[in-house]
Order: sequence, then C-alpha cells, then structure tokens
Amino acid sequence: MSELTLTVMRLGFLAVLWLFVIVAVQVIRSDLFGTRVTQRGSRREAGRQQQAARQAPPQQRQQSGGGRRGRNAPTKLVVTEGTLTGTTVALQGQTITLGRAHDSTIVLDDDYASSRHARIYPDRDGQWIVEDLGSTNGTYLDRNRLTTPTPIALGAPIRIGKTVIELRK
Amino acid sequence: MSSTTNSPTHHTSTIGAIGAPSRRNTELALLVFAVVIPVFAYANVGLALNDSVPPGLLSYGLGLGLLAGVGHLVVRKFAPYADPLMLPLATLLNGIGLVVIWRLDQSKRLQASNTFVEAAPRQLMYSALGVALFVAVIIFLKDHRVLQRYTYISMAGALFLLVLPLVPGLGKNVFGARIWIQIPGLGTIQPGEFAKIVLAVFFAGYLMVKRDALALASRRFMGLYLPRGRDLGPIIVVWAISILILVFETDLGTSLLFFGMFVIMLYVATERTSWIVFGLLMSAVGAVTVASFEPHVQQRVQAWLDPMNEFKLSRQGVVGHTEQSMQALWAFGSGGTLGTGLGQGNSDLIGFAANSDFILATFGEELGLAGIMAILLLYALIVERGVRTALAARDPFGKLLAVGLSGAFALQVFVVAGGVMGLIPLTGMTMPFLAYGGSSVIANWALIGILLRISDTARRPAPAPAGNPDAEMTQVVRPS
Repeated sequence: MSELTLTVMRLGFLAVLWLFVIVAVQVIRSDLFGTRVTQRGSRREAGRQQQAARQAPPQQRQQSGGGRRGRNAPTKLVVTEGTLTGTTVALQGQTITLGRAHDSTIVLDDDYASSRHARIYPDRDGQWIVEDLGSTNGTYLDRNRLTTPTPIALGAPIRIGKTVIELRK
Repeated sequence: MSSTTNSPTHHTSTIGAIGAPSRRNTELALLVFAVVIPVFAYANVGLALNDSVPPGLLSYGLGLGLLAGVGHLVVRKFAPYADPLMLPLATLLNGIGLVVIWRLDQSKRLQASNTFVEAAPRQLMYSALGVALFVAVIIFLKDHRVLQRYTYISMAGALFLLVLPLVPGLGKNVFGARIWIQIPGLGTIQPGEFAKIVLAVFFAGYLMVKRDALALASRRFMGLYLPRGRDLGPIIVVWAISILILVFETDLGTSLLFFGMFVIMLYVATERTSWIVFGLLMSAVGAVTVASFEPHVQQRVQAWLDPMNEFKLSRQGVVGHTEQSMQALWAFGSGGTLGTGLGQGNSDLIGFAANSDFILATFGEELGLAGIMAILLLYALIVERGVRTALAARDPFGKLLAVGLSGAFALQVFVVAGGVMGLIPLTGMTMPFLAYGGSSVIANWALIGILLRISDTARRPAPAPAGNPDAEMTQVVRPS
C-alpha cells in the first residue's frame, strides 16, 4: 500500500473521529430541554422589555384572533404581588398548579400558602377556572374566598397568601 | 409570549416548559455513523498490515451493526425518550476497541509469546453478552426506583462480590493483584466491575434517606461544616473497606474507585464541601499508610516516579520490575500529534497487557494526540450525558444513582488513563469498552442500560392531565 494512501487514511480517520464528536456535541446543543427560566434582572433590560411589549400588541392580537375564544382569551398568567412578582406563565391549555410543593407549576415561597394550594385550568369551552385545593388559608378571587371552582375574569386578582396573580391577554 | 413587566423595578422572569422530543431517529443516524467508523478503521488496519481489505470486514461490520441495531430497537420500543447519545457513544468506543484488539492480534511479536490467544473474537462475544445484558436491563427494569427497595441487599451483594476474590481456591492472583475469581470452565471474572454498579445502588438508596442528617446536623468550624461523629460512621466504614481492598487485593484502582464514588455521591447528596475535604484527606492518609508496608503498591509507586529506572532494572533481569510503564510513555511519544496511523505503530512491544491495561498506549501511538483527545472526549460526553440525566431526573434516588454511575465511569477512565500516561501510579483496571476484558465490557453495558432507563424516565413528558372527576360532577349539577 502506498505511503500516500495510508497517510490519507490516517488523517481521514482522525477527521471522521472528530466529526463524530462534533456531531454529538451538536446533538447535545439541540437537545437542551427542561424549564426555561429567563431572568431579567436589570432595570435597563426591563425597560427594553417594555419597549418590546409595546411593539408586540398588534402581533399578539392577530394571534389570539385566530384562537377559539377570540380577542378576550387570556394568554398569560402574571404574578403581580409577592416574592415572585413579575413571573409570567404562558397559558397553553395546560393545568397550572400553585403551591409550595416543588413540583407545582408556580412554586410559591409563601408562609401562608399550602403545599398544594390551588389550580387553574381551562374547562371545555376554553374558559379558565380557578379551584382551591382545600388549602388552609384559602384562595381569594377579588374579595371572595373560593368554595367552588370559579371562572376567572380577565385581570381579576387571585390572592393566595401574600401572592396575587391575574390573567392577562 | 416571552415575558412582560408590570413595573420596571421588579425582577421579571419567564417560565416556559419545553418538551423533550423522543430523538430516536437522531440516535439511529448516530449509530450508523458509530458503526461506519470502526469498519473504516478495520479496513485501514488491514490495508496497512497486509495490503488488502481484511476478509472478515463484512462479517465484522455486520456483527457490530447487528448489536447496535438490536440495542437501538429495544431502546425505541422500551425506552423511547432515553438519551440519544449514550448508545452511539458506547457502540463507537466498543467498536474501535475491537478493531485495536484485532490489530494487536495480528502482531507477530505478540503471536510469538506463549500466552497468546486470539482476543478479538472473544471480545466480540463479550460485547454481544454485554449488549444482551443491556437489552435485559432496558426490558426488565421498567422503573429504576425499583432498585431502591434493594438498598441493603445491594450492600450485602457488593461486599460479597468484593470479598469473593479473597476466597481461597476461587480467587486468582494475576500479576500481583487479587481481583479475579476463577470459575472452572468459564474463565475468570473480575467481580469488582459488577460491584461498582451494585454499590452505586446502595449508596444512592442510603444517601437518599440519610442526606438531611448528614447535611444539616453539623458544627461550623473554620469555614467547614464538621459532621457529627455518628454521621461520620458510613464514610469511615467505606473508607475502611476500600483500605482493606487495597491491603488484601493490592488493587489501588478499585479502592480509589469505590471511595471516590462514595465521596462524589455524598457531596451531591449533601452539598457540603467538607465531605470532599474529608474524603481527600482520608484517601491520602490511607494510600500513604498502605504504600508504606505493601510491596506491590510500593513497586507501582516506584514505577510511576521513575519509569526509566524501572525499565533498566527490568532489562537487567531484576524480578518484580516492569518495563511497561516506560514503553507506554514511549508509545505516546512516538505517536506525536497525528499518530503513526492504524496498524503502523510498535505498541505491541508492550507485551502481554497491550490489549487490556495498556490499550490506550496503542491509541496514543497510532492515532496520536488528536485521536486520544477525541477518545477522551467520547468518554467525557458519556459522563456529561449521565450528569445531565441526573439533573433532569425528578426523583432523588434517580439523581443520586445517575451521578454515582457516571461518576464511577469518569473515575475509572481517569484512573486508567492517568495510570497509563504516568499521571498517577498504574492500577489494574481496564478502560471501559475499549480494553479487552469480559467483565468490564459486560458491566459497563449494564451501566449504560441503567443510565438510559433513568434518562427515559427523566425525559418522558409529564402525562396529560386526566379529566378531573370533581369537575365533571360540578358540570352535571350546574344549572344551564
């Protein structure tokens, strides 16, 4: 076998070996999953976000216009008071659980919250419902303590301990 | 919807779940790649040694492809959300290991020695057994949490496996280390390789229960959390066992592996840096003490500190010295950056352990630094996927088990590679998947199987919320 062929094979093999490593790393890169939490700490960035939000509405309306419930369907849940203030969760038809249990969708760090405090879910018509899960200190919609699953109006404050959340478009 | 802010002073964050797709087709593509590379290497060795494509190319390629295919189909059926990388990585390492073992089989120098046996066919058989065990683990271990029930049985089992080589008549002393058992008609087994997995199960189950006591009940002293005496118990026991292994089986590698794995898992379970400090101190004290009176360990340390002197003594015919450490270093040196090319090195000069303990030297010589780096990266990727699995796992037992298994795997690679390259004293362990040795290949396939099972559980999307019976009932009574 000629020297040249062997040299080409030797370098070719190394190249193929490294190609495999690179492909594997690319797979890892495209394989990141789990809960994506984007922290936006600084004021400046928050301002930029607001700007972005101001530009966003027309687009948002278009999106929700295509949905089942038209323009009044809430698209996100926002924490407005308490330690988690500013957290948003996109509403995509999934059940959202609230409580101190670490597997809740929103984990409340709140002394007045029960481990499984309440849940928010869409009923068959796509109306979002809040239900108290037998919590110790209760869940309040506006000023009223919940006893049965109750539909949530857009922007109505749901109070759990020191945490207040509401649904927004 | 990305995010919103209700007031610029508040910190905001967005939580969005990204589902993990099953990724089985990615795995299949990578597997095909992982089978093609060893076939290429095989052809390369044949062309370099005999100027012809080796006659066994097709059957060898088909054999490896069949093993990979069976593994893939079983994973597709029984663990559809498992990690897409581990199986291809293990297949590739196993495949190029087989090629290099076959290449060393062709060496005239090794064939001349009186202990020569064709190792490649046996290794292929061991690999098939390994994949069979892998398949069995994937099929029969439906949920890794079942293993939690066997915490203390695992402890007894691991101790039994570790003590087995010491039993007279059963244990076999090979080149100074007593880590093999001889089963008549079956050959030799290295129970330590299996004990590694069983012990990880015990540590995970034990630490899951005791971690709060270990983490919280401690006094702060000079920035370190000192554990209470009674909590120190388990670490002392494990330390004592690993020292006993070192003394009676004279095997530095196994004791380092077990103790290291325990300290890693202890650290992960308790988040206390003090455990690492204690672990390092205790292993250092133990190793130095044992090295001061155990001649086999002393000799290994001597060979590590001054391999050239060792080589000279061995050449002069002084009994009990080895020229292998120095020869391995020469092999790495003569390989240079790009290597001499597969089949064109002289690493077969190393002699009897060239295809097991010292197989990395052949890679170093024939593939060079570039090849060794790629291979170490392949190992690093397996470990990374294991740790990633641990991060994704939802249950503490699965987390600890995944960390323990990948930690043990990483430690083994480090101990062997470090030993061959002269970073630490040489120990009698084998490179996972690459080196010739049935127990090692089989045990490591089982290890990959357990990791894949944990990752399948971890990456499986949460089941769709079942219709709530209460909600249905309220709708029935609702007026309208």
